[in-house]
Amino acid sequence: MALTSDDLIRRSASSVPAPATKLPEVAKLIDVSKCIGCKACQSACIEWNDLKPAVGENSGSYQNPPDLSPDTWTLMKFTEWDNPATGNLEWLIRKDGCMHCSDPGCLKACPAPGAIVQYSNGIVDFVHENCIGCGYCVKGCPFNIPRISKVDEKAYKCTLCSDRVSNGQGPACAKSCPTQAIVFGTKEDMKKHADKRIADLKSRGFAQAGLYDPAGVGGTHVMYVLHHADQPEIYAGLPKNPAISAVVEVWKGATKYAGLAVVGLAAAAGFVHHLVAGANRVTREDEENAAKLKEKA
Amino acid sequence: MTNSWTDIRNTDLVVIMGGNAAEAHPCGFKWVTEAKANRGAKLIVVDPRFTRSASVADLYAPIRQGSDIAFLMGVINYCISKDKVQWEYTKAFTNASYIVKEGFGYADGLFTGYDEGKRDYDRSSWDYEIGPDGFAVVDETLQHPRCVWNLLKAHVATYTPEMVERICGTPKDKFLKVCEMIAETSSPQKTMTSMYALGWTQHSKGSQNIRGMAMLQLILGNIGVRGGGMNALRGHSNIQGLTDIGLMSNLLPGYLNIPAEREKDFATYMSSRGFKPLRPGQMSYWQNYKKFFVSFQKAMWGAAATPENDFAYDWLPKLDVPAYDILRAFELMHQGKMNGYVCQGFNPLQSFPNKAKSIAALSKLKFLVVMDPLETETARFWENHGEYNDVDPSKIQTEVIQLPTTCFAEDEGSLTNSGRWIQWHWAAGTPPGEAKTDIWIMAQIHQRLKALYAKEGGAFADPILNLHWPYKNPADPTPEELAKELNGYAVEDIPDATDPTKVALAKGKQVVSFAALRDDGKTACGCWIYSGCFNEAGNNMARRDTSDPDDTGAYLKWSFAWPVNRRILYNRASADVQGKAWDPSRKLIEWDGSKWAGYDVPDIAPTAKPDTVMPFIMNPEGVSRLFTRGMMRDGPFPVHYEPFESPVTNVVAPKIRGNPVARLFKGDIEQFGTSAEFPYAATSYRLTEHFHFWTKHVSVNAALQPEFFVEISHELAKEKGIVNGGRVRVWSKRGSVKAKAVVTKRIKPLICDGKPVHVVGIPLHWGFTGAAKKGFGPNALTPFVGDANIETPEFKAFLVNIEPLAGPTV
Amino acid sequence: MNMDLSRRAFLRTAGAGLAGTSLGALGFGEVEEAHAAAIRPFKLAATTETRNTCTYCSVACGILLYSKGSLAKGEKAEIIHVEGDPDHPTNRGTLCPKGAALLDMVRAETRLQSPRIRKAGSDKFERISWDEALDRVVRHMKADRDANFVAKNKDGVTVNRWTTTGFLAASATTNETAFATYKVVRSAGILVFDNQARV
Repeated sequence: MALTSDDLIRRSASSVPAPATKLPEVAKLIDVSKCIGCKACQSACIEWNDLKPAVGENSGSYQNPPDLSPDTWTLMKFTEWDNPATGNLEWLIRKDGCMHCSDPGCLKACPAPGAIVQYSNGIVDFVHENCIGCGYCVKGCPFNIPRISKVDEKAYKCTLCSDRVSNGQGPACAKSCPTQAIVFGTKEDMKKHADKRIADLKSRGFAQAGLYDPAGVGGTHVMYVLHHADQPEIYAGLPKNPAISAVVEVWKGATKYAGLAVVGLAAAAGFVHHLVAGANRVTREDEENAAKLKEKA
Repeated sequence: MTNSWTDIRNTDLVVIMGGNAAEAHPCGFKWVTEAKANRGAKLIVVDPRFTRSASVADLYAPIRQGSDIAFLMGVINYCISKDKVQWEYTKAFTNASYIVKEGFGYADGLFTGYDEGKRDYDRSSWDYEIGPDGFAVVDETLQHPRCVWNLLKAHVATYTPEMVERICGTPKDKFLKVCEMIAETSSPQKTMTSMYALGWTQHSKGSQNIRGMAMLQLILGNIGVRGGGMNALRGHSNIQGLTDIGLMSNLLPGYLNIPAEREKDFATYMSSRGFKPLRPGQMSYWQNYKKFFVSFQKAMWGAAATPENDFAYDWLPKLDVPAYDILRAFELMHQGKMNGYVCQGFNPLQSFPNKAKSIAALSKLKFLVVMDPLETETARFWENHGEYNDVDPSKIQTEVIQLPTTCFAEDEGSLTNSGRWIQWHWAAGTPPGEAKTDIWIMAQIHQRLKALYAKEGGAFADPILNLHWPYKNPADPTPEELAKELNGYAVEDIPDATDPTKVALAKGKQVVSFAALRDDGKTACGCWIYSGCFNEAGNNMARRDTSDPDDTGAYLKWSFAWPVNRRILYNRASADVQGKAWDPSRKLIEWDGSKWAGYDVPDIAPTAKPDTVMPFIMNPEGVSRLFTRGMMRDGPFPVHYEPFESPVTNVVAPKIRGNPVARLFKGDIEQFGTSAEFPYAATSYRLTEHFHFWTKHVSVNAALQPEFFVEISHELAKEKGIVNGGRVRVWSKRGSVKAKAVVTKRIKPLICDGKPVHVVGIPLHWGFTGAAKKGFGPNALTPFVGDANIETPEFKAFLVNIEPLAGPTV
Repeated sequence: MNMDLSRRAFLRTAGAGLAGTSLGALGFGEVEEAHAAAIRPFKLAATTETRNTCTYCSVACGILLYSKGSLAKGEKAEIIHVEGDPDHPTNRGTLCPKGAALLDMVRAETRLQSPRIRKAGSDKFERISWDEALDRVVRHMKADRDANFVAKNKDGVTVNRWTTTGFLAASATTNETAFATYKVVRSAGILVFDNQARV
């Protein structure tokens, strides 16, 4: 069954024809105000995806493992915040992970054909056999999500459980979430659900409660209900106005002007090597140069 | 729990105090978030720490650990003084109007009858005045100065908001806000649920903490109603079941009692168990005690239990002390008075107080048997693990036999949850290696012991040789066979009561419920309260019908709840004296003119007239007790006593240390620390990432919370020069541990009686076996003293000191 | 195993959130076949599903154990995944961080495999057979019972108690195990008997 062209809307370093029929857009909604920080989502993600995070150490926080990694695709981040308006302590707990952007910076940055794909339902997925481990997706991501494995030099992140979704199941994290702070469905339904949650929060005195679905990346397929939607950055640095890095815009431009409908692996690798110093590092200089190039373009 | 997990959805107000449901019971806490999202319910959390439960609360109030009674009596005082009482409920369904005997009194923290030498009370004055008709005397006008209501009013008057702040460190404005929100539920159309756990039980006055809240819930009319109740969140998957089946020194299954040695024969034993009603027309359901007892004896000893030998009454061991609880057991072991110990699961080395004492005690045993699916520290108490277990194996003569058991995934049977639902499960996996089920192991021990006694003789072997063992394969009884015994069956044909020519229940058939049990030996029943779980209709514990008419949350066709599939205890109290629901939107059962009916199995005789028979059918009064008569060792009302190790003196009773009737062993008293030497108030607890000492064996949970730590405030950290993520030493009079420090805003110094009290939080999950990093846990530090009524160790409030350790931070 | 009810019962009623959305309509249809490269095979295909209850706390969440091989068919069965039972009225398919990782409790490296003995003064466990282990346990028990059983107290009252060996029951065994244990322990006259209710 030739469903590739039907369901893919984007493919890294390649072009795909517009799908004949689009699947309904899906979304995972994370209601931070209902979250109890129990890490069931982390646990379920590890088990479903057969991940093996290392046993680390306590570094003065409940946050463990300490960071996202090739074996940690989702992570609870804990912030102790004194609300200046009420004088009360608030323990803000946000589940971090891939946002599945409508306009995915990782995919746009990726030079390896078919290593990152986006389905018409909104899921952005990594195809590991096509991945060259260049790390450019890391730089392309406005949320700092993908991580490169030191074992196989491939990039890893949340798949939104594409294997479960394709079998009619919600993502493992949403299934497990004890308080159903994480729910999954069509993006439309999730927005309606969010409206109800926001109304409840406003009735409890959170006047700035709102939905996080940032326009700078075309909206996301992982959204948050925040009690303080006017200050997303207090939730462990959730960006207020995320946007794709200028470097990525240049790379996108380069391919376009080069007229490369399909970029070969070697060429892509070469280009990336030219742009980045290490496997997954973009220097400030690169960023500045790219910004200049962009201005000229 | 009086109610069930799914019933929490019906509440208007959740009070989490003495527990941390979001962390310890996340999937049960779901129903709190549902009540919040769908009913607009509010959540209050009262805790020394700002927990993950507090993170989603509408109101958080800090409290010093060990001061809950002052807080709760303060709330009752507020409700009484502001007239926020569900009066019709309180007058009709509690003993508020009962007159207490002349001579009862209370002063300086003590009730009448205290004997300092015995650390015990003569409780004879703690009772009702009995009239010439043999019934308790009441004054329905509540005017009599010695009626329970007036005694209660006087008792709680001490606990003003200012006094609560002095004792508890709870700022007055926060306390009053809590009071206001709770008081609103005195309306018959509002309910509050209390969710508590070991945060209330693990104190030297733990039982009275719970009574305090129960009394409050009664005067608010929140017991027996949907969305209300006293909800004890049990810590383990079947600790409810093990308690129900009486696996304790002083119990028989179904909360019957093991005889004391003063009850020299069956007649004496029964003489104090008549349970004659204390008010006219009351059910006093314990009047059926003898039926349950005799049926149990028949389950134990079958044909060998006869009317002639008093159903083998003599074969039950008789107690010479109130109980052989775990603390007494380890004290006896420590004194060298025990030789053998069998741990079927459990991990006492990590779980019991004063680890140094536990190691010394286990070292004096001749043999220790450990049955477990996993390695435990207890099984390896003799092994040297450096500073984590610094022992010399060559000096320990205890023989240890370790037996591998199956786990949940490899066995079949039932577990009883907190809400009393008894749920059946099936085996799915092949056990690892040579692991065997606990049933097989227990059967093997019995069969082999019996064979030895049959062959060699020995000390009184009759109870072993005659133990009723009717299983198809005596070497391996099936779970179904055992479940059917728990349910009960006819030992011989039981004639129909109305027509003796007919048989009501044929020999060998399962009884339908405990209503069919008899005191003549014609029925056998392992645990009367479980009767109905596996009757002739089949295995009711395996039922999986999810229907729930009108979404009440009862799920009557899902599994089986004890007793008789009842989902909310005391549910007759959900209706007023005429039998109409207090809140029509939360109807549970109602009187239809001839009988009780509704969404739940009525907790009353179906035809019991509503204005005559009162809802608390297990009490001879028929009503609930604000004043508990002599039922509790430490008083008919709760009194604020400080923990045995407290950072402050008791401001309401300065001369009293700890609970005045808590049992103390000599060596342990010497090991209590004072605030001069150990200035900080410590408490121990669970974290959501781990389950007790088990999940440190699970790689995933080990990664989610890898290392032992303690939590302190920024203020204490600054005072002691401790940095976040740095290493610290924490020590008490009994031991010392090393840990990482988590410096947090979630713990703040409490101002108690004008002086700051710093809290040190110590989570418990680490040890020297498993996948997580090796760690100490809190029980090297905790004191060896228990609750005055049931001996739960005082793990939640003790004293420590803390200092930074040199060495690299993270 | 009483599986007559659809386990989607709660997905339809959606009482506990939005699990009720008809996910089949959102998925990729059969796209996984064409995109085998991108989407890994569904790991629960061709597994046996067994209903069980979480072994940890007293919420008693319903769980589904997925195994390769089926005990019901008399096969060796290896559990490969654990998930919440969506039909369970309490947990509605959800699980906490402990429950969600039950698989790694079942297959923990520190699961005990065979009976072992640590002899007096030794610094190690040694493997023994079940027969040896059980005979030893029973020998110890009988010797202690025979030496220390108290048939009558000093007042001549029959007390039939044995207090020099204790038995500590746990917290996660079944009610049926509990009752078998009760019978065996009490018939021996043991009074030092407790469980994990308090700690």
